[in-house]
Amino acid sequence: MEPIRSIESRTVVVPFTNIDTDQIIPARFLTTTTKEGLGKYAFADWRYDASGAPKADFVLNTPEAQGCSILVAGRNFGCGSSREHAPWALLDYGFRAVISTEIADIFRTNSLKNGLVPVVIDEDTHRWLMENPGAQVRIDLETTTLHLPTGAAVRFPMEAFARYCLMNGVDELGFLLQHSEAIDRYEQAHQA
Amino acid sequence: MSSKTLFEKVWEQHEVVPETADTPAVLYIDLHLVHEVTSPQAFSLLRSRGLKVRRPDRTLATMDHSTPTDPDEVFGRIPIKVESAARQVKELEKNCREFGVTLLGLDSDKRGIVHVIGPELGATQPGKTIVCGDSHTATHGAFGALAFGIGTTEVGHVLATQCLLQRRPRTFAINVHGRLQGGVTAKDLILAIIGKIGVGGGTGHVIEYRGPAIEALSMEERMTVCNMSIEAGARAGMIAPDETTYRYLEGRPYAPKGEDWDRALERWRALRSDPGAKFDREVDIDASSVEPMITYGTNPGMVIPIHGVVPDANGDPVHAKALSYMGLNGGERLEGKPINVVFIGSCTNARLSDLEMAARILKGRKVARGVRMLVVPGSQQVKREAEARGLAQIFIDAGAEWRESGCSMCIGMNGDIVAKGEYAVSTSNRNFEGRQGAGARTLLASPATAAAAAVTGKITDPRELLTA
Repeated sequence: MEPIRSIESRTVVVPFTNIDTDQIIPARFLTTTTKEGLGKYAFADWRYDASGAPKADFVLNTPEAQGCSILVAGRNFGCGSSREHAPWALLDYGFRAVISTEIADIFRTNSLKNGLVPVVIDEDTHRWLMENPGAQVRIDLETTTLHLPTGAAVRFPMEAFARYCLMNGVDELGFLLQHSEAIDRYEQAHQA
Repeated sequence: MSSKTLFEKVWEQHEVVPETADTPAVLYIDLHLVHEVTSPQAFSLLRSRGLKVRRPDRTLATMDHSTPTDPDEVFGRIPIKVESAARQVKELEKNCREFGVTLLGLDSDKRGIVHVIGPELGATQPGKTIVCGDSHTATHGAFGALAFGIGTTEVGHVLATQCLLQRRPRTFAINVHGRLQGGVTAKDLILAIIGKIGVGGGTGHVIEYRGPAIEALSMEERMTVCNMSIEAGARAGMIAPDETTYRYLEGRPYAPKGEDWDRALERWRALRSDPGAKFDREVDIDASSVEPMITYGTNPGMVIPIHGVVPDANGDPVHAKALSYMGLNGGERLEGKPINVVFIGSCTNARLSDLEMAARILKGRKVARGVRMLVVPGSQQVKREAEARGLAQIFIDAGAEWRESGCSMCIGMNGDIVAKGEYAVSTSNRNFEGRQGAGARTLLASPATAAAAAVTGKITDPRELLTA
């Protein structure tokens, strides 16, 4: 994973609450055995009609949304299925961060493992972002701060180890493997 | 010693390394369930790093999500129609062979939906930590296990180290008083709970369901309740083990035997929240007031009693979008509304007692003209038992399709789908847009409500047919 210090981009706003991972990538695209190339299926049923043509009224199909790498969405983003294909699809599409007032647990964990930065912010800041799509914002992981074009700087929570891994491109499996002896001892003690 | 919750006891018994301000806990995993859809990339990770599966003996694989339910496809008389699914099946066979993992594959009489076979085999036990690359892993919490869904990267972590890095979740007690009324099921109870706390109501928490109404449930009913914990956003759902749990487990193939059983019982009896244990959050529910429930929207929290009225959007664009997708109007009653498809199946409601409930309603009756009914047992064992007890014949005589086990129409990635615009009364767990097929309109309900809809061809209070 590439180290991430900060992300700067215009935002794209998908203004719905409870966006589940079935919307982020429908199940019929899960019959893959690799992680690559899922971006074309991101929000597939919202982006395309039955014939495969782009739906003009869906925000990702608008000219303003092109090149945006920060997604702003309503509360409880990424709920539902544990499919890691959801962050894989968003990353492959070109997103680097998701901002919401609440992000579902499994989706958040899966995102962190792949370098998609989950940013949880307060209602007021969120409302401003929802009302100002396309705002140029900067997510600074060093200070865990979201910088708005208004000059406002909003702190967001991020678990210390997850932040360390993102900023240093650390792979958690390597960290876990360093605990092999402790795991051996646990298994001996528990006859596991 | 301070009072502890059930969750805290199980968590602390599995800390290999406790969490600190800077690092999460290293948590030991007792049982890792694996299926074909969320594992290929995890095995690839192992291969690319030259790693082995640390504990193949604690890893159990099966196939359920993308597998067909048509017997000809399952038993190889004709090729699997969904070609990419066939590839996943082959890939899992190869991975399990190469890494020495036990696979209950397409030809195994022990195969089934991963959350049905774990308990059925007795592999799911009180006090265990259980994970699977599937959000409905919470099902196993019905036994007092700490069971939760993980992503594919974490599947790789568990394969390689038998451990996960985890921050300790918060605790949430849902106290269920009273007693469910006749014709009202565990499915109705969990739908009512989700309706009350919301689809994000449990985020960051592990729920413990407790109280007299929970203690009165059978194991299969408890599994239905815990199964849908994730639909309230919770990490996991748990129920303290008791005599009902032990009676269910004794004698199952993977359950401890002889002296081991006695020792296990002693350990398991300590697995309950101490009096005075503090939860981060508590909610009280009165089971006696729960009616048969049915969803009207596009998440499981959008749910009403069967005689209820679809709530108005009141200017909420998300609510309006859901009603538009469902082809429903605020103020409308669902009862009496014609439907197209009935699906009885999924890890929520495809166990023997679910099929028995549906058969009680279907016995001597027919599926309404123009309605397609699909009954998909949760496992091959459930299938055999349902056939032996004559349930399968009741379904077939009524005009329903009787299939091999699998996730089937719950997830619609295996050939079993609902057509665009059609209404499906489904015993599964998710009514998300497109979940059962692009444009499909899902109404979640109990097996009783689903069977009643099959008979009348419209949304019906099952109690009318249970007493008739």
